[in-house]
Amino acid sequence: MIGPSSSHTAGAIRIGLFARKIFGKNPEKVLFRLYNSFAKTGLGHGTDKGLLGGVLGFNVDDSRIKNSFYYAREQGVAYNFEYLARDDRYPNSVDIIFMDTNNNVLMEISGKSVGGGEVQIDKVDGFNTDIRGDYPVLIMVYKDQKGVISNISKLIQDQNVNIATINCERKEKNQEAVLTICLDSVLSIETVEEIRKLPDMYMVRNIDKLEE
Amino acid sequence: MKNIVTFQRLLEETRSSNKRIYEVFQELESYMLERSIEDVRQLMKRNLNVMAASVRDGLSHYGPSPSGMSGELAQKILRRYQNPNKSAFNPLLGKILTYAVAVSEENQRMGRVVACPTAGACGIMPSVLIAYAEEYGFNEEEQVNALITAGAIGKIIAQQMELAGAVGGCQAECGVASAMAAGAVVELMGGTNEQIVHAATLALKNIMGLVCDPVAGLVEVPCIKRNGFLAIHAVTASEMALAGVESFIPPDEVVKAVKQVGVLMSPLLKENSEGGLAITETAKKVVPQP
Repeated sequence: MIGPSSSHTAGAIRIGLFARKIFGKNPEKVLFRLYNSFAKTGLGHGTDKGLLGGVLGFNVDDSRIKNSFYYAREQGVAYNFEYLARDDRYPNSVDIIFMDTNNNVLMEISGKSVGGGEVQIDKVDGFNTDIRGDYPVLIMVYKDQKGVISNISKLIQDQNVNIATINCERKEKNQEAVLTICLDSVLSIETVEEIRKLPDMYMVRNIDKLEE
Repeated sequence: MKNIVTFQRLLEETRSSNKRIYEVFQELESYMLERSIEDVRQLMKRNLNVMAASVRDGLSHYGPSPSGMSGELAQKILRRYQNPNKSAFNPLLGKILTYAVAVSEENQRMGRVVACPTAGACGIMPSVLIAYAEEYGFNEEEQVNALITAGAIGKIIAQQMELAGAVGGCQAECGVASAMAAGAVVELMGGTNEQIVHAATLALKNIMGLVCDPVAGLVEVPCIKRNGFLAIHAVTASEMALAGVESFIPPDEVVKAVKQVGVLMSPLLKENSEGGLAITETAKKVVPQP
């Protein structure tokens, strides 16, 4: 990895990279809200460069991290940082808010860095998640209704892939729901496409585990 | 195959299978990652190569750091051991001290390092591994065995507590690195599995309470020099364990105690630069320029 901190630099890069993969496209404008230790020692630890570099698609070994601000400008990605202190948030945590050029919020992802470069994405658009990058993960947002989970798990079973963990949450009945499935191996593009074609699927993301 | 989350289980496993700690853990990792043991060892070799490169890079950089707080520290130490007239340290310890500081300086300038277990503590493991290999001629396979042993120690601790200065203070970073390095040395020197675990425990136990108070939010003061101190600390622990000294408090209980101390530690002293060295008169004058 590129120094100086595994929690504040490498962890930040991986949260940014994860957020980019969940967002699923090149960002136009990103707001980073850094909390507690991330906010207080982030400048010296390169946390801002790390988060931005991750969102730009750089990995922990990429020497471009040092010059993330330059590359963001070059790629036309607008960015802003806010530094906050909040007792109810984990010491090393961040909200990454993807926006369009008119400042409409497109997606909000929260993550925390738990040490040694290990990270957890704990919220996607207000839904609780527990994504750590240690398994390939499938993230789906869809309209809450009967049979969705069974349809999805059938498609996964058809490809002979084992489900490691499964986590489902909804805002309220028949409204938006999010399903996070950690898998023991990666799904084929065809299976992901089949899932994408299921009725009332708003978003499907198939993300491989983080590189060592 | 069942995951191993305590030192007690690890030692039970080594006894019942009559294997070294690294053998048990490379099998476990191979199972967890769904990769061959050879792949796991290859991954470790890659880390070993990055470690060796970080020592070389750390020693070939001149000039002060951007903040002006450090610079050329490893070179200074290296020069002392090139002319070891009346040094208290033998060439091995001189190298360990030099390399630990060199890698940590490389980390400070955003160079490439192996987080082991963290970047703030990245000088400790490479310094010990590489210096012992150079002085005693350990080959690559033996170094990989030691690195996997260290990994086992780090992973077991990491499954009990989070290894971040912001959560557990420096004891969770440099303290754990030192425990890993102590175990690695005992593996290299042919100690028993029990001695490996006791070395790690002794190192961890005797660094409990260490706070994380980085000046100006940089991973520089006191981090760089501290890597040198704690690399030598690891050797002290390994020497005691190899002599047959055991920790009176068992390993898993020590880990619990370290975790508790981390919880009790004020947040001002956990990577927030709001206490300790970070708020001294001199520290306040430093402008962070990473």
